[in-house]
Amino acid sequence: MKSLKFLIPLALFGVLALFLAAGLKLDPREVPSPLIGKPAPAFKLTRLDDPAALISRDDMLGKVWILNVWASWCVACREEHPLLVQFAKRKLVPIYGLNYKDVRADGTAWLARLGNPYDASLFDGDGRVGIDFGVYGVPETFVIDGKGVVRLKHIGPLTPEVIRDRIEPLIKSLNT
Amino acid sequence: MPSYRFASLRTVWLLCAFLLVGTGAARAGEAAPAVEDPALEARLVEVTAELRCLVCQNQTIADSHADLAVDLRNQVREMLRRGDSREQIIEYMTARYGDFVLYRPPLKESTALLWFGPAVLMLGGLVVLVVVLRRRAKLPDESFEADDDAPGQNPAADGPTS
Repeated sequence: MKSLKFLIPLALFGVLALFLAAGLKLDPREVPSPLIGKPAPAFKLTRLDDPAALISRDDMLGKVWILNVWASWCVACREEHPLLVQFAKRKLVPIYGLNYKDVRADGTAWLARLGNPYDASLFDGDGRVGIDFGVYGVPETFVIDGKGVVRLKHIGPLTPEVIRDRIEPLIKSLNT
Repeated sequence: MPSYRFASLRTVWLLCAFLLVGTGAARAGEAAPAVEDPALEARLVEVTAELRCLVCQNQTIADSHADLAVDLRNQVREMLRRGDSREQIIEYMTARYGDFVLYRPPLKESTALLWFGPAVLMLGGLVVLVVVLRRRAKLPDESFEADDDAPGQNPAADGPTS
C-alpha cells in the first residue's frame, strides 16, 4: 500500500482536472430563471404595429406559445432571426415577440427588412415587462403553456440544437 | 545662493495658493447634486449595493452603468418612494432574477456548499497539518538532515520541523 502513495497527488490532480473541466462547460451568463413552473407575469402591452391594439397575458391563455424577446439594436437577435423565421414557417405554435426597449419605427423597419416571424410583437418601450420576465440579455425565449405557466427559458440566441432538442420536444409534449 | 532658493520657495507657495484657489473655483463650478431627496438616494444605494447586476455580473446594481442596472435602480427608487421595505424590494428582485441577484444568498440546501465549503476546506487543511506535524514530531532525530548553516550542531536543537 505504501508503494502506491506517490499516486495520491496524481489522483488529486485528476479530481481537480475533472472539476475544472466541468467548470469550463458551465456558462455563468445562464442564470436559472425562478419563473420556470410559475405563471408568466401579467402584462398588457400594445402591438408594435398598432399602438391602439392591446394584448394581455390572459388573451394568450389556452394555447402553447413562444415569447421571444428582441430589439432592433440587438446584434444577437439578428443572428438568430433567420432561424426564427424558418421555425415560424412550420407553424408549430404561435410566436410572439417582445420588442424590448426599442423605438417603434426602428422595430417595425427591422421586421420589414429581415422578415417577420411573429404572430405579433408586443411593444415594451420602457422595458418594464422585460424586467417582470427577468430579462437581462436580449434575445431570450420563453415557452409558455396553455395555463400561462412558463415552461422553458432560453437565454441568448436560439440555435438549431436548442430548437430541435429542447423546444420542439417540449411543445410536442405540451400539445398532447 | 540663498536668495534664489528663497525665490523658488516663494514660487512653490504661490503655486500652492493658486492650486488651492483653483480647486475651490472648480468645486464652485460643479453642478449641484441632481437629487431632491438625499435620504432616499442613500437608501437606494444601501439596497442596490446588495444586488448583483446581471449584465456585468461582478458589479452591484448600485455601481453598474449597464442599461438594465439603470432601469432597476429607477425601479427600486420608485418602490422606495412608494414606501416599500428593503425586504419587499429584495423579494421583487429574487422573484424575477432568482437568488443569483443577491450578494448575500440565503442559506438553503442548494447554497449550503457555498456557505460551509470554505470552512470545511479549512478544517480539512488543519486536520492534515496536525496529522503531518504529529507524525514528524514522533520521528527520531536521525531521520532529519543536519542543518547546513551550522555544521556540527545537533539537528535536534532546531526542533523536529527544521
